[in-house]
Amino acid sequence: MEKWYLMTAVVLIGLTVRWTVSLNSYSGAGKPPMFGDYEAQRHWQEITFNLPIKQWYFNSSDNNLQYWGLDYPPLTAYHSLLCAYVAEFINPDWIALHTSRGYESQAHKLFMRTTVLIADLLIYIPAVVLYCCCLKEISIKKRIAKVLCILLYPGLILIDYGHFQYNSVSLGFALWGVLGVCYDWDLLGSLAFCLAINYKQMELYHSLPFFCFLLGKCFKKGLKGKGFVLLIKLACTVVAAFLLCWMPFFTEREQTLQVLRRLFPVDRGLFEDKVANVWCSFSVFLKIKDILPHHIQIIISFCFTFLSLLPACIKLTLHPSPKGFKFTLVSCALSFFLFSFQVHEKSILLVSLPVCLVLSEIPFMSTWFLLVSTFSMLPLLLKDELLMPSVVTMMAFFIACATSFSIFEKTSEEELQLKSFSISVRKYFPCFTFLPRIILHLFLFSVITMVLLTLMTVTLDPPQRLPDLFSVLVCFVSCLNFLFFWVYFNIIIMWDSKNGRNPKKIN
Amino acid sequence: MAALRVATGAGNWFSALALGVTLLKCLLIPTYHSTDFEVHRNWLAITHSLPISQWYYEATSEWTLDYPPFFAWFEYALSHVAKYFDQEMLNVHNLNYSSSRTLLFQRFSVIFTDALFVYAVYECCKCIEGKKAGKELTEKPKFILSVLLLWNFGLLIVDHIHFQYNGFLSGLMLLSIARLFQKRHMEGAFLFAVLLHFKHIYLYVAPAYGIYLLRSYCFTANKPDGSIRWNSFSFVRLISLGLIVFLVSALSLGPFLALNQLPQVFSRLFPFKRGLCHAYWAPNFWALYSALDKVLSVIGLELKLLDPNKVPKASMTSGLVQQFQHTVLPSVTPLATLICTLIAILPSIFCLWFKPQGPRGFLRCLILCALSSFMFGWHVHEKAILLAVLPMSLLSVGKAGDASIFLILTTTGHYSLFPLLFTAPELPIKILLMLLFTIYSISSLKTLFRKEKPLFNWMETFYLLGLGPLEVFCEFVFPFTSWKLKYPFIPLLLTSVYCAVGITYAWFRLYVSVLSDPPVGKTKKQ
Repeated sequence: MEKWYLMTAVVLIGLTVRWTVSLNSYSGAGKPPMFGDYEAQRHWQEITFNLPIKQWYFNSSDNNLQYWGLDYPPLTAYHSLLCAYVAEFINPDWIALHTSRGYESQAHKLFMRTTVLIADLLIYIPAVVLYCCCLKEISIKKRIAKVLCILLYPGLILIDYGHFQYNSVSLGFALWGVLGVCYDWDLLGSLAFCLAINYKQMELYHSLPFFCFLLGKCFKKGLKGKGFVLLIKLACTVVAAFLLCWMPFFTEREQTLQVLRRLFPVDRGLFEDKVANVWCSFSVFLKIKDILPHHIQIIISFCFTFLSLLPACIKLTLHPSPKGFKFTLVSCALSFFLFSFQVHEKSILLVSLPVCLVLSEIPFMSTWFLLVSTFSMLPLLLKDELLMPSVVTMMAFFIACATSFSIFEKTSEEELQLKSFSISVRKYFPCFTFLPRIILHLFLFSVITMVLLTLMTVTLDPPQRLPDLFSVLVCFVSCLNFLFFWVYFNIIIMWDSKNGRNPKKIN
Repeated sequence: MAALRVATGAGNWFSALALGVTLLKCLLIPTYHSTDFEVHRNWLAITHSLPISQWYYEATSEWTLDYPPFFAWFEYALSHVAKYFDQEMLNVHNLNYSSSRTLLFQRFSVIFTDALFVYAVYECCKCIEGKKAGKELTEKPKFILSVLLLWNFGLLIVDHIHFQYNGFLSGLMLLSIARLFQKRHMEGAFLFAVLLHFKHIYLYVAPAYGIYLLRSYCFTANKPDGSIRWNSFSFVRLISLGLIVFLVSALSLGPFLALNQLPQVFSRLFPFKRGLCHAYWAPNFWALYSALDKVLSVIGLELKLLDPNKVPKASMTSGLVQQFQHTVLPSVTPLATLICTLIAILPSIFCLWFKPQGPRGFLRCLILCALSSFMFGWHVHEKAILLAVLPMSLLSVGKAGDASIFLILTTTGHYSLFPLLFTAPELPIKILLMLLFTIYSISSLKTLFRKEKPLFNWMETFYLLGLGPLEVFCEFVFPFTSWKLKYPFIPLLLTSVYCAVGITYAWFRLYVSVLSDPPVGKTKKQ
């Protein structure tokens, strides 16, 4: 590739922005007794390093599960162990059992930030670069621009390098999975995706599209011949990957069950804090959390999630295509985020990743969505004192997208991928030609509300009776946006006629 | 909506580049800042709370006001914004005060005044004719030039991490150069006069301005062979130029003349009491000279040619000693450096006078002046290399030879700035930004001149690649060796000597190219 130097420059810009954001504060900095996610990660290093593997997920005098107990799958635990060995080499105080609790220092922060950068550099960034390089349908310049935009996506940067988490690992594995599956290295793809699930159980949001796409591929090849072989191979790969990751916990039944209980804490309630999903927004009017009994909440959320993702998944199984796959990833993840049980605000990153992938197909809508997704985490970011980097990275991301894809010139029906939808509506309402204009106005309206709400949250004190007024408003507004996007993405999937034979209306 | 479209359209790459780098500067706000931060805070306090008559006498802090009056007025103006951020920073006795609001204000003052730099770059891109190249945007000389200037590594780390106001000062210089290119000589002269009264380090390049304006502006015509036509001298032009310079100087120094304080002002501006080299040797001729002295003294001690009792104990790199005696070679006096500098500048000035080549020739002379004074000046800071690097960017997109010199000069010059940032959190930033700038500048210029012969010969390639191992050794290997305690100065010494070689080489090559250029007529196009 002759333009390799531009690609290098783009990756270096991404890395620089990541590191400069990491100079800022992290979650729970100097806030005893619980601190935040930063302390959680450090605590896991302490636990995995000092305790035998059998005790990692069990409550004991050495492992108080109430204090940031391990609640991620084994791969996260192994990663923590690996980091702990490095930490032990540099300064054993950082991970000493009991005494290191709440340890904070400049050197330790530097170490923790470096671990994130290295993980990112090894897993997520190569996946992004490779994914964009493999895109055949766009020019080299556009590919480089796409890498820039994906790497500058503020949500992931702020959560990983500001708030402190290792989302780039799980998202990176998922991206490797997408890459593999889209380019017919199905086994590698499914292996990578298994690793993603085993790093963070939240990756299950993506599992249905993967399952449907691969199943669809098998169907397409004929279930009696090659398709069946592929299916068996895939099943073996998945089982083997899981066995490998879970080996130490499969020795005893109780171990496995305990890990599962830690991973899926069904007794923790419908949602936590303020999340921009349907349930949290709906609680503004009706406190479902308090009214309905626990098991009903679970059933309702399950039904809603299932119904909302069903159409897209069926369509994908029947007409598997890489493009449909990516859009289904978006809509399924969004369905999970909006309707499922126990959602965190950070889970929106799982939707953002596939949206990043379709950035060049629908630049305008993707940019909009990615801005809203970052905005929806505003209360969290403000709590971590990340206002400045948030605003700056969001502006940088917007400028990068707007300049490299000239998004405002791509708002015709064709470019919004709404052509076939509009045509079929026009059969009934011939004057239905104003959709792009409406969408443009909605965009303006949405951006203005986001800016105003940000300004209000930062400058005004909420009234005493409603201390959470602004964060609830942020979630509510974001939720409305997300519902709109959910409808939009489902329309695209349903009316996508390039690969299906005749566009049919399911919902 | 329309405004948004204009602001973000694909054609408007310049604003995207400028906004992008501005946002990067905002991200650099929480990074380490040096004592220069306190220097400028102190100047804010001095100019805000004291009468003019006290500005150049105040000495509560060790960081006394040692820039010319316009800069003092600039700080005065800033202080009137600063009071809305944090009144406390304007107290002269509040030494080392750095609340988060102070930090925010000072950092933003640098970022905002950089607007002038952005405008100057915009003007420069309009008037610099680069090599005609491909249609693609990223291969256009204007695009490359604006990246090289706007995203300049040196400016980013010196201004926005280390903390100084070089951005808008360089902006003034570039703008005055652009005006000369646009044949708006009076404006150019005015801007440069103003610049001189902002920061007197620009005196180094004043000869280039003086000679160029005299030769190519006051003399309105040349003979056909390019030599001077004496009867074309225009007194009106000379007088108006003189008037501009006089008025600007009067405005700046007048109040202090009225207060009878000029000697005090000048003693602050030119402190010759400092040593030959800064604590960290700027990579110039004297670094090589001192290194040679050190080597000779070590050899001398080994061979018992020198008496160990006579060798001064204080080593030059320890950073504590301001006055320093060379052991073997003769010690250098300020006068000697002044003479060396003048001798080094003279040929380029002669060239400008006898072989006038329009604004391009002026630009070359200006760069040579800046580089020569960097090479031989007294107490040169490593940051002064920016004075040559930025104007050199303008030349780099024109000819392959200039591009090659530019790349060697910039890469070594920028690398020599590394010791400015010695804190661990900033280590990745400086390495990443340096890689970003170096890879981009080398590759884009290579693409621009791909049809001509390669930009580097094997020796230059080898030298530039050597910077990598040097960095690895200095920052990753050396701290873990046992020499760290015994010879703590080795990394700085190596860096400065290694870079001095490159900069001397670039200076030499530029001189050769200027002196050997075909005279007038053939190359004169402007």
